[in-house]
Amino acid sequence: MCLAVPGEIISITGDDALSRSGQIRFGDAVRGASLAFVPEAVVGDYVLIHAGIAISVLQEDTAHRTFSLLEEME
Amino acid sequence: MIEAKSFAITCPLPLFDHPRIKLAHGGGGRLMQRLINDVFMAAFDNTTLREGHDGAVLELPNGRPVITTDSYVVRPLFFPGGDIGALAVNGTVNDLAMCGARPLYLSVSFILEEGLETETLWRVVQSMRVAANAAGMEIVTGDTKVVERGHGDGIYINTTGVGVIENEIRIKPQCIRKGDVIIVSGDIGRHGMAVMGAREGLAFTTLIESDCAPLWKAVSAMLSARIDVHCLRDATRGGLCAVLNELAQAAGLQFDVVERDIPVAASVRGACEVLGLDVLQVACEGRFVAIVPKSDEEQAIEIMKAHNDAAVVIGRVTDGEAGLVTLQTAIGGRRILDMPAGELLPRIC
Amino acid sequence: MKYVDEYRDPETARKYVEAISRTATRPWTIMEVCGGQTHAIVRFGIQDLLPDEIELVHGPGCPVCVTPLEMVDKAIEIATRDEVIFCSFGDMLRVPGSDKDLLTVRAEGGDVRIVYTPLDAVKIATDNPDKQVVFFAVGFETTAPANAMSVHMAKVRDLNNFSVLVSHVLVPPAIEAIMSSPENRVQGFLAAGHVCTVMGTHAYGPLANTYGIPIVVTGFEPIDILQGIYMCVRQLEDGRAEVENQYDRAVRDVGNPAAQALINKVFRVIPRKWRGIGMIAESGWTLSDTYAYYDAERRFGLIDTDIAEPEDCISGLVLQGLKKPSACPAFGKQCTPDHPLGATMVSGEGACAAYYRYRKEKAA
Repeated sequence: MCLAVPGEIISITGDDALSRSGQIRFGDAVRGASLAFVPEAVVGDYVLIHAGIAISVLQEDTAHRTFSLLEEME
Repeated sequence: MIEAKSFAITCPLPLFDHPRIKLAHGGGGRLMQRLINDVFMAAFDNTTLREGHDGAVLELPNGRPVITTDSYVVRPLFFPGGDIGALAVNGTVNDLAMCGARPLYLSVSFILEEGLETETLWRVVQSMRVAANAAGMEIVTGDTKVVERGHGDGIYINTTGVGVIENEIRIKPQCIRKGDVIIVSGDIGRHGMAVMGAREGLAFTTLIESDCAPLWKAVSAMLSARIDVHCLRDATRGGLCAVLNELAQAAGLQFDVVERDIPVAASVRGACEVLGLDVLQVACEGRFVAIVPKSDEEQAIEIMKAHNDAAVVIGRVTDGEAGLVTLQTAIGGRRILDMPAGELLPRIC
Repeated sequence: MKYVDEYRDPETARKYVEAISRTATRPWTIMEVCGGQTHAIVRFGIQDLLPDEIELVHGPGCPVCVTPLEMVDKAIEIATRDEVIFCSFGDMLRVPGSDKDLLTVRAEGGDVRIVYTPLDAVKIATDNPDKQVVFFAVGFETTAPANAMSVHMAKVRDLNNFSVLVSHVLVPPAIEAIMSSPENRVQGFLAAGHVCTVMGTHAYGPLANTYGIPIVVTGFEPIDILQGIYMCVRQLEDGRAEVENQYDRAVRDVGNPAAQALINKVFRVIPRKWRGIGMIAESGWTLSDTYAYYDAERRFGLIDTDIAEPEDCISGLVLQGLKKPSACPAFGKQCTPDHPLGATMVSGEGACAAYYRYRKEKAA
């Protein structure tokens, strides 16, 4: 279930909670998505988009752990 | 919303007193005569057409004649990088090219929907003229029917192409041999994503242009260089995935391809990830697969790269299991590349 | 693509596979709950890389697969009406109801439209005031924020021609149903990362405790899945049964509070029937009383029915990892991807559909 794809926020529009939305870049493809549920997100953040809605802001610092875990093992 | 890129219309619509197509334009009377003269003849003009005969008498150069036919249905009629007219000419040019035949003559049949704007028809016809000229083809005969409103999607086009094979080479799946290399002529999936993006709701802000293009020049260059081409097939509906499966089945051999080697533009890739589509199943209209002996690999790639820099070897033919296509995945796993199930649907799951 | 490409790196994949092989001293059966993970496993050939000790069981986490027959029939009934524009995610269109699917309804003249987001369906409703626009709101917790927002938007904008046919299901009750089955053979779970981005991880602690089973919240890229399997195997070998979060770049323990707030306003918990499994208590959502006006079942006066699934189909047992698809008498005969009888043959990532393709290789 639940295809969600990480993309970079390149612009944000709309001020009230419900209409807050942005343009999101996936590779070289850009399309709009709702940012209503990620009030903390700013331009340059990567968000997970599912069905046109951002559901989470990706954290750079924890993302490295997948690779550092391997180094620990070696 | 993105406007379809306008193509070079050199001639404006001649004075035509009917802004929309009526049933009578297919009725065989004066109105139909006007349509033929003011629209079709004005655009496609040549000696054979001007004879106004029921059929075209063709002069064929020496060689084996080839005939192919295809019908074109696309919604929307205009999309970034092309339209139904360019598609209807290039598609048939490419079917001839895949047989190794030089494209020569084209017949064109229109099924028009009552109420279609004449201006729209004119744009499509102009686009066909440009495409036919580019391919060095003459449109020598045609037909028009008009169906009641609601019984067609504006325009359907059937084209039949005649070409000639000017050498002794045999190009068909049965000529594919174990050890051959599989080459793709450019990055895949642009046409399917361009058309999908032009539909309401699935549009991206960024433009993806169709790869709709004639392929004869690249094929001709390979044949002139005496490359021992075993098989050619253009990747249309069902994408690269369908072509590989069709050829592996017809050849009775196994194809092994490498996912990381298959060229995909970053825009197409991003759009496919978002919509949950497998880019290997997305249609192209200007890409083909060439299967050549290993010994001709370098020369074939050099020639193909001159026409599209992304041309690359993506796999090879083995005598494993007849009809099987396997994919070495991006992470180094292996899976079967199955025939696409049917209509490509965006998924959430 | 950042956060994608590095998680598809063959060298990293190879290292995780080696780590799994080194760690596993005996066979383990692990279920990936989510259909998206199943899709990645099939697409990237992950099973092919894993050592023989690791058996992956494809779980029931595909909303397309588990939407019950009755609900598909209701969708078809609504979509057939002249006054309706029926909007759906693309993958629901191929799911067979009792005697046809939504693609057939479209072929027969019904106005059935594919949307990428339910918000597009709201827009269609705004643009077509003389039509009833119905959105087929299927999904797990991940899709709930989008579906909830579409209903909330319709209410805020007083959009009276919009409604939703809700078939929402929840992951934790499904895990519980699988674990409490006396025949269960699943020893560890990869929990669905995207569900947890919305709901957080709290629901899984009690499950890990009660059933003594490791649960690793896992992402969707191939490296995520390999790392999730590695973490799960390590727990199993250590005799631990904890909730671990492999997907912490996206999942916070509390989930997404803003999304949960709207979900709790728009939906309430009810029992739901799962295709292939049956009724599971408190396993789904329907619209809360405040939003009941937007319930398509009410609006079109649809009656609840109970339709038996085809007798020959053992998809329920397959979904729970109790039987292999090849053990089904209908497999490859009455039931194929083109004519699926049950949930697991319906979607491309269903276990039966995956087996069907694999069998072709063996038989060829």
